[in-house]
Amino acid sequence: MALDPKEAALALHRFGFGPRSGSIAAIAADPRGALLAELERPNAGQILNPDLPTSAAANRAVFEYNAERAANDKRERLRREAAPQVAVLNAGGDTAMEAKPDAPPPTAAQPEAVPLPRQLFRNEARARFDAAINAEIGLVERLVWFWSNHFCVNADATVMAGGYEREAIRPHVLGRFKDMLLAAEGHPAMLVYLNNEQSIGPDSVAGINRDRGLNENLAREILELHTLGVRTVYGQVDVTSFAKILTGWTILPPLTNPDHGGEFVFLRRAHEPGPQTVIGNAYADSGVEQGRAVLADLAQHPATAKHVATKLARHFMADDPPETLVDGLTQRFLDTDGDLKEVAAALISAPEAWAPEQTKIKRPGEWIVAMLRATGISGDIVRIIRGQALLGEPLWRPPAPKGFSDDNAAWLDGLGQRLDLANTFAQRVGPGLDPETVADAALGPLASAETRRAMAGAETKPQALTLLLMAPEFQRR
Amino acid sequence: MPQAYQVPTRRELLLGSTALAAAAFVPGRARAEGRDPRLLTIVLRGAVDGLAVVAPVGDPNWTKLRGDKALALDGATPALPLDGFFALNPAMPNLHRLYRAGQATIVHAVATPYRERSHFDGQDVLESGYAKPGAADSGWLNRAAVAIEPSERTDLRPRPGFAVGPIAPLVMRGPAPVLSWAPPRLPPVSDETTMRVLDLYRHTDPALARALEERIGLAAIARAGGIASEPGEDLPAVQIGGIEQVRKYYAEAAGAAAKFLAQAEGPRVGALALDGWDTHVNEGAVKGRLGNLLGALDGAIAGVETNMGEAWRETVVVIVTEFGRTARINGNDGTDHGTATIAMLLGGALQGGRVVADWPGLNESDLYEGRDLRPTTDLRAVLKGLLGDHLQVADRALATSVFPDSGAVRPMPGLLA
Repeated sequence: MALDPKEAALALHRFGFGPRSGSIAAIAADPRGALLAELERPNAGQILNPDLPTSAAANRAVFEYNAERAANDKRERLRREAAPQVAVLNAGGDTAMEAKPDAPPPTAAQPEAVPLPRQLFRNEARARFDAAINAEIGLVERLVWFWSNHFCVNADATVMAGGYEREAIRPHVLGRFKDMLLAAEGHPAMLVYLNNEQSIGPDSVAGINRDRGLNENLAREILELHTLGVRTVYGQVDVTSFAKILTGWTILPPLTNPDHGGEFVFLRRAHEPGPQTVIGNAYADSGVEQGRAVLADLAQHPATAKHVATKLARHFMADDPPETLVDGLTQRFLDTDGDLKEVAAALISAPEAWAPEQTKIKRPGEWIVAMLRATGISGDIVRIIRGQALLGEPLWRPPAPKGFSDDNAAWLDGLGQRLDLANTFAQRVGPGLDPETVADAALGPLASAETRRAMAGAETKPQALTLLLMAPEFQRR
Repeated sequence: MPQAYQVPTRRELLLGSTALAAAAFVPGRARAEGRDPRLLTIVLRGAVDGLAVVAPVGDPNWTKLRGDKALALDGATPALPLDGFFALNPAMPNLHRLYRAGQATIVHAVATPYRERSHFDGQDVLESGYAKPGAADSGWLNRAAVAIEPSERTDLRPRPGFAVGPIAPLVMRGPAPVLSWAPPRLPPVSDETTMRVLDLYRHTDPALARALEERIGLAAIARAGGIASEPGEDLPAVQIGGIEQVRKYYAEAAGAAAKFLAQAEGPRVGALALDGWDTHVNEGAVKGRLGNLLGALDGAIAGVETNMGEAWRETVVVIVTEFGRTARINGNDGTDHGTATIAMLLGGALQGGRVVADWPGLNESDLYEGRDLRPTTDLRAVLKGLLGDHLQVADRALATSVFPDSGAVRPMPGLLA
């Protein structure tokens, strides 16, 4: 097969995380084949890091950590309240207020230890970015990021966001949509984020005894965002019924469960008894299986297939993707019972996916990874996290359950911040790099004559690198 | 400190002054006795238009060449007279003051051995000290620090060099250890870089161009309204440079270097780089961009003098750039990449107050390749003169390890007091 470095570079930008040194040449013989091969790698998409705790273990650890801190604070406060009388009694007149209790002097300049929740977050973030930075092309990681955003949770609501992605998203990224849906909706991180952990069937034992009730947040978002899509085939009655079905899906509290706190539990006591109907299908009360049955049906609904296919095409191809592409992906989804590997392969194999125009603006995180890959730098995780947040895409902190937007318009506003970030990055690493070499590695034949000329005329190496990182063909994919 | 101690100068040595009779028995010691010299190198990246900084107002072709863009001793903003032939850009009153106090020397029509016109390669030659680009990953200042002659009092060898920036400028990189310091906040993206990105977008991507233009518009409004452009810790702020940002960064970088070099046990050689001098469009030697940059540099020079304190007497600051610019103004009221330019030397250790130049003239036939100021002085001669007299680097090292294959370039004598 003839070498096609241009298509190789396009493949790396559009479907991966951008080229590293040598990437373009490595797949130039068969770019599409290389993408498909990445789907077949053993353990593709998995992070095999024994040092990362399960989400439940992280939850318990943070619970204990917070409890200890609260106790320490209280102990300290009690001690202070017992001591200061001395100062007030000894000092007279106006200076009394200035007298200080005999407290130990503040320990100056001692760097405070990173609080456990933040450390856990950083470790998860590092693992995620390492997987993206070190991937040969990065298609599977891009899919992980896509699905993680589709089934997003928020790190402000739960310390389990990183673990959630490893436990609910990654194992199924090349598996069946139904399994990912079940894993995501039943994961404690999701149950906490969308308040299902406190949703109680009004007629359940707990509901009657505690006079608490239904919370339909999760049920609504599953229908609207995760499966069928907004304004499709469901109504408020379906939301309410589905919410009742999902009552009892909750999380074991760490306070009373030192060994299993933070894990999923089905609490029959809180589950609304009786049969329910969701979009015309009747579901007998089979406990936790009642909800699973609904999810399984939703997973194979044509509206879900269409919704998911549209989002995939929009993410990878264009704000308004070609209808033929969406139809093709929808059909593949339906034909394979939601086999996500097959759907990904269909995307790669579709001729529409190879339009040479680079239209989509990379999302901030993608662009940061692309910069690191282009320059061969692994990056400091604190800077990466801060940078991504500065560009409007704080990791695992989407503005709403809908996740971060996939429209170009949403990211155009941040262009100035990208310039600031590119400039800072280039000043840090640029003096030691040859800009032309980086351009060859990162863009190769995609580099426009204008970009090459602008770089050649730059007054410093960092400025040349900034121009490369800001160039349209590096911003878009 | 040897206020009362009469230190013979290199100049006197070369002139064979009789005052040296006694000291001549131990020349190295005599020169080194009690001295604690500092050398700070400032690299101006982007190629400085030397003619617009120190203008040959006495050359009859000068105004012919530059027309109303030529600095002159008369007019609304007159240049500052230096020696009857040259005059200094009015944006640099501090440099002018130092010059009159004998603490600044200008070397004109100077160039490195590099004769092409690429910034990167030009900077590489300037900083590496080699005659060709891409020859080494170390700089002449670092290798000079390694080669300093050991003596009892001038004990520079065990000290690290000093550099400003996340990555030390090439001139300071090499085998000798280097202490790097970066300002807590890196300089924001400069107007210059922003305009280059915008220019690229205008030619390739209208949507991105529009988005960036909006951004620049917002920044200008914020600046005009006095809205703080300092970004918060988490909030992204409008952050398009502006000359105030440049001024601040220049002052911060140079001032910090001076503070480090002034310390009794601190480093003795240091380097930093200041960007922004590539004035292809609307150069603005007096009122515009170049004038602003020179003003910022002048402020930084004053800061170095202040922060050096007592050590200023033993300090030399050498300010260099990769090459000069075209003698004529181009079609965009700017200048393009050229050849010869200036080097500025400042410090209490200098025998200053003069412009050193073997003036090549500005006739059509005088210009290098018909377009640039012709180089008549090799920058390496200036640097070798400084390194030899100020830091006691031996001639042999200067001609081999510091500036390889530069034996034919004789060190310039008499630069120091």
